[in-house]
Amino acid sequence: MCLFNVKDGFLEAVVRGYKLGLLTTADYNNLCQCETLEDIKLYLTGTDYGPFLANEPSPMHTTTLVDCCTRKLVADWRYLRENAGEPLGRFLDYCTYGHMIDNVVLIVTGTLHERDVQELLEKCNPLGMFDAIASLAVAQNMRDLYRLVLVDTPLAPYFSDNLTSEDLDEMNIEVMRNTLYKAYLDDFAAFVHRVGGTTAGVMSELLSFEADRRALNITLNSIGTELTRDDRRKLYANFGLLYPHGQAELAVAEDFDQIRTAMEKCQPYQSIFSRLGLGETQMLDKILYEEEVRQLINTYEQQFHYGVFYAYMRLREQEIRNIMWIAECVAQDQKNRVQDGIVFTF
Amino acid sequence: MSTQNRYTVTPTVSVLAVMKARLAGATKGHSLLKKKADALNMRFRQILKKIVETKEEMGKVMKASFFSLAQARYATGDFKHTVFDSVDQATFKVKASQDNVAGVRLPKFEGVKEGADSKLGLIGLGTGGKQIQECRKSFMTAVDLLVELASLQTAFLTLDEAIKTTNRRVNALEHVVKPRLENTIAYIKGELDELEREEFFRLKKVQGNKKKHAEAAEALEAARAGHKGGAAAAPAARENEAANVLATELQDADIIF
Repeated sequence: MCLFNVKDGFLEAVVRGYKLGLLTTADYNNLCQCETLEDIKLYLTGTDYGPFLANEPSPMHTTTLVDCCTRKLVADWRYLRENAGEPLGRFLDYCTYGHMIDNVVLIVTGTLHERDVQELLEKCNPLGMFDAIASLAVAQNMRDLYRLVLVDTPLAPYFSDNLTSEDLDEMNIEVMRNTLYKAYLDDFAAFVHRVGGTTAGVMSELLSFEADRRALNITLNSIGTELTRDDRRKLYANFGLLYPHGQAELAVAEDFDQIRTAMEKCQPYQSIFSRLGLGETQMLDKILYEEEVRQLINTYEQQFHYGVFYAYMRLREQEIRNIMWIAECVAQDQKNRVQDGIVFTF
Repeated sequence: MSTQNRYTVTPTVSVLAVMKARLAGATKGHSLLKKKADALNMRFRQILKKIVETKEEMGKVMKASFFSLAQARYATGDFKHTVFDSVDQATFKVKASQDNVAGVRLPKFEGVKEGADSKLGLIGLGTGGKQIQECRKSFMTAVDLLVELASLQTAFLTLDEAIKTTNRRVNALEHVVKPRLENTIAYIKGELDELEREEFFRLKKVQGNKKKHAEAAEALEAARAGHKGGAAAAPAARENEAANVLATELQDADIIF
């Protein structure tokens, strides 16, 4: 712990500084009053997003707004990554593997459908970029893809451990994405345990929540699809508060009420579901987001751990989602719905 | 006027019959076309009403659809390419058929759903799948409406054209063809009357002449008979009187002409 500040103290200070730049409830209230996208831009110019928004030409669009905000996060993240030593560097990398999976899946499916690589690369999430990503498109079939390209990426073990080359050809792309994500979550959890200390404590809580939320979402979204129960079970991560009994129940759940019963057996989720009215699935997402944000903010209560970096990334992403929501509501003249999508952070 | 706005025909009885048949045809055609125009107009108004309704609904549905897209993007991030790549065949196709309104063929479009979309069912499995499906559903209704609107709009345009043509025909029959035929018939009738009168006059003249000759001959005969005896003189004098009446009438006619 004495050595933490020597190695990572600077970056922790930086990230705590970044955290102060996040929009507050007052900011959101002001943003909700905006009448046009120009107003939103004007207001955001006064925040940390200022330098990234200042030079945008006038006809604003929601996507450009979101792009600018994302650039801010990416710039922050690059700065952190460049200054990080080990094992913080690896931790930061782990945080971005989720985006990397999305990017790889995007490029692979795009290549299979013969789309322009450049266009695909523009669509990739900049946080999940790695050097060899453009060469993904070189591969003609899945076996080549793995042998030539993926083997060099950090994702290689996830592919090799969980997917055979036959799987790659036949498997539904969404199932593949979620299989990879599951492997990633398991690996990330193992990694934070190796790091140990406060990091392990804080991060395992966050990751458990993430794993449980994914399990819940997968169950909800796979009801009524061709995904079999066994397949569904295979997509759940091997940890989390629901593991293993809750997951077994989720795997066989066929409607929302069964999911609810399964989830309510777990103490922390009981309170979440008790806030939901009967049959109100719509609000579930928002409540889960709020719960996540609450947990993320709690990580700042403790010092000398890496969880703050992960929390910063997730909070920024949530903030970008909030901004997007406000912008969409303003652009589409649906201001009465603004409150539905904002998850207040501070 | 009658010389300008009529067909150049020889005024004979057979031509008159032909013209009368044509006039009857034109009248019948006029009433039929009028009925057609009315039917088309009725349909036109129906379609117009429907278009207005559909457009209003369209506005609402489109608004809702784009909002649900925003919701889906809030939950999932950008999923455009994922959707692009999981589609390989159109599941929604538009079929064109024809609808017949009073002889006017109106194009009609129908949306047909075909094929299963199992691949799309799993999109956003990890996050936001529900929103994406919602979004998909609401855009489906939007597409349905769009097809309906397209069908109505095309029908509207075609019908508009058809109504214009029909109205032109109705007006042409009413204001050009029918008056012209009527004028022609009147002209032929006038000419025929004229001819008849001339004929009549001629006949009378001939008759008068004949009578004059007959009287002269009779007078001669009577003179000869007078020599023979006065018994036949009385009836001859009566006949002479009648001939005189006719002669004065003929003199009157002479004055007129």
